[in-house]
Amino acid sequence: MRKEIISNPLFRTIFTRLGLGFVTLFAVSLIIFAAIAVLPGDFAKATLGRAATPETVANFQKSLGLDRPVAERYLKWIGGAVTGDLGLSFSSGSGTPRTVGSIIGPRLKNTLFLAGITALVAIPIALLLGIIAAIRRNSWLDRILNAVTLASISFPEFFVAYVLMLLLAVKLPLFYSLARVTPSMGSIEVLERIALPVLTLSFGIIAHMMRMTRAAIIGLLSHPYIEMAKLKGVPPWRVILRHALPNAWAPIVAVIAFNLAYLIVGVVVVEVVFVYPGIGQAMVDAVRSRDIPVVQGCALIFAASYILLNLLADVIAIATNPRLAHPR
Amino acid sequence: MISNRAASHNRQNGELLLDIRNLTIEAEGSDGWQPIVKDISLHLRRGEVLGIIGESGAGKSTLGLAALGFTRPGCHFSGGSVTFDGRDLLKESEERRRQLRGTRIAYVAQSAAASFNPAHRLIEQTIECVMMRGLASRGAAVQSATDLFAQMQLPDPETIGDRFPHQVSGGQLQRAMTAMAMTCKPDLIVFDEPTTALDVTTQVEVLASIRKIVEEHHTAALYITHDLAVVAQMAHRIMVLRHGELVEHASTQQMLSEPEQTYTRSLWAVRTLEKPEEPPAETILSVSNVDAHYGDFKALDDISIEVPRGRTVAVVGESGSGKSTLARVISGLLPSAAGAVSLNGVRLAPSLKQRSRDQLRRIQMIYQSADTALNPRQTVMDLVGRPLSFHFGLKGRMQERRVAELLDMVELSDRHIVSFPSELSGGQKQRVAIARAIAADPDVFICDEITSALDQLVQEQILKLLLNLQKEMNKTYLFITHDIATVNAIADQVVVMCRGGIVQQGAKRAVMSSPDHPYTKLLLSAVPQMDPGWLDTAIQNGRLAKQNIE
Repeated sequence: MRKEIISNPLFRTIFTRLGLGFVTLFAVSLIIFAAIAVLPGDFAKATLGRAATPETVANFQKSLGLDRPVAERYLKWIGGAVTGDLGLSFSSGSGTPRTVGSIIGPRLKNTLFLAGITALVAIPIALLLGIIAAIRRNSWLDRILNAVTLASISFPEFFVAYVLMLLLAVKLPLFYSLARVTPSMGSIEVLERIALPVLTLSFGIIAHMMRMTRAAIIGLLSHPYIEMAKLKGVPPWRVILRHALPNAWAPIVAVIAFNLAYLIVGVVVVEVVFVYPGIGQAMVDAVRSRDIPVVQGCALIFAASYILLNLLADVIAIATNPRLAHPR
Repeated sequence: MISNRAASHNRQNGELLLDIRNLTIEAEGSDGWQPIVKDISLHLRRGEVLGIIGESGAGKSTLGLAALGFTRPGCHFSGGSVTFDGRDLLKESEERRRQLRGTRIAYVAQSAAASFNPAHRLIEQTIECVMMRGLASRGAAVQSATDLFAQMQLPDPETIGDRFPHQVSGGQLQRAMTAMAMTCKPDLIVFDEPTTALDVTTQVEVLASIRKIVEEHHTAALYITHDLAVVAQMAHRIMVLRHGELVEHASTQQMLSEPEQTYTRSLWAVRTLEKPEEPPAETILSVSNVDAHYGDFKALDDISIEVPRGRTVAVVGESGSGKSTLARVISGLLPSAAGAVSLNGVRLAPSLKQRSRDQLRRIQMIYQSADTALNPRQTVMDLVGRPLSFHFGLKGRMQERRVAELLDMVELSDRHIVSFPSELSGGQKQRVAIARAIAADPDVFICDEITSALDQLVQEQILKLLLNLQKEMNKTYLFITHDIATVNAIADQVVVMCRGGIVQQGAKRAVMSSPDHPYTKLLLSAVPQMDPGWLDTAIQNGRLAKQNIE
């Protein structure tokens, strides 16, 4: 039994990809650390101001551990990260230590929440519209969908955000214009508050995913097995759903994963516009105050979510390919 | 095909099932709509099989699909009628036509491997039509599909349906596709070259299964093929098409014994081409005890061949027998694991990277598909001129003159010198590929199935060209093919390969007339003959030969 699992190409591929994912993450952590180490700007000098003497700067750096060699600092950091400890923020006071985890944690939760709700709304709509556009390809409906999605991809996000805010919060006061959420709010209220950011984000990613779904399905329609299905008298909607779609999952899942990763790491503009306390804002703030451990922590989480989501997409693509899932 | 008289009487007076009148179909090309089927009329009674033959581009498939009221994208019906069971399909709604497809008119495609959906198990696809229309419960549908699998002589009919298409061989898929077409018990099946992609020995079995099931279910069929000998086994009547027009239409007996049109006779010509066997000569290329591997798989096992100068050695065998691997080993593309390849008595390095430029020049390959072997972005001048500058340093006017000479040798006009491959026909492209090989002035040409992708008439022309070149320049060919007619046409000696080994080799006449290995017998007996009774004999012989091999 165990041997079977090892020799099954599906499982073997998953294990290989997982291993490669870890290797990639490790390499990325090196790059993050090295990039930040060579960046100009020094937390100690910035905090202490111009009047600081070299001795005070040196003392301060020693208290932060910045006097140690780079390699040692990296090992300490990555060693902690493996156990989930991302270290102490530079903003910790002498008696009040603030861990990076305690700064990023709540922000990450908010970001995942916003991303999750957006994904729940956007993915089904995108798939549905993509499939409809493929079934009714070259009809007026398809053309309109194409034009609208092209436009919504082309507009920058902050523009869409402000337009929606103007229309749906100011002119027509349906939603909150700002998405300031606090832990004390009930879930219904939170949902109401984040409605506009969800809408803004959905616009862009629905367009992207829908166009890919349509293209992936239509790309398969010239295959002989599609003609065979038609010659068996299979109705057009069934040709798409049963004969084209199952073969189109790999590219569709890849673009969904890409968009989910974007929802986690790329939404800082939307967070800023709606004043939403997400991880993107946390990172920007940390960069501004040169709080290096927080910046590193954010970057590592971003990298991990990209790698994880793409890994998931690969696994789904392999699992939906009968050649790999059911070897000869 | 049905020997008894009653059946034959039934057919001639049976109910008219399909009646195509003055059908014209147009396709959209670069210069507007062009007719690809021109004013064709045909009729088919219940239980009757009509063969349609012709070369590629004759409009056979288009006509076959028209029987289902279907045109491919970019084509449309522009005149005539397709009356099926009293109703003109061209006047019916698409919805009505769709309901007839699969249930009353079914289709069997050329490449079953491409026409089965890779995402679903065979059984799901086989019973889809029945289930979709609610004609039977799932259990009953699976049961009848299993029965059909058994009738088509598929192995493990109970469980083969649970497999995915990639888990089943090409010949088995082709049979499964015929079973799929039968599930709704259609009145008419269109077979579109159902055995063209198969090896000859597999073809015999699939042909036999198809014929049996069509007879038992009394199904009418349109049988489309380019192979006259195949259609002779299957059809009661035969239509010959060319450029979308009807050339000739007669009963099978008459078509075989006295075809009226020269075109019909010429379709058969390649089968009758036969090179007189030349006496042996000194060895130019020798392969001794060669082994080769793909990873762990042993693709060649102890191969020894002597190729005499100025002669043709044909290497025959089915796909997977190691023919092309042998070509790759000789040319150095695949370094051998053991044994030696010698040219003019000089031992060659296993890998082409270690061979000298002159050694490389002396062995030239010509491939099956000129489409992929010629760079689509180079003109004929570039393609043929490259070996001239590479091996002989010919440049400018000298090179141009030589290219024109070479084109003349392969019977291409020098106006093609500026053409791109896409502007040439399949036969012309293969001529360019041959000219490119001659340009290097090699000792040995390795021809890997170079006529397989071509129409019969073009095949004949290319083979004649090769024979002439051999006569004039005393060139040596190692000719890889799966087609026995091609062997007759070109070879002096024959090497028969099976599963990576040589089962028999020798002078052509000796091998062909007294095949002493059972596999050679099987291979020879599987080649379709014009005699309508051939299939029955072939099945008998084939079974015996197979038992002998195992």
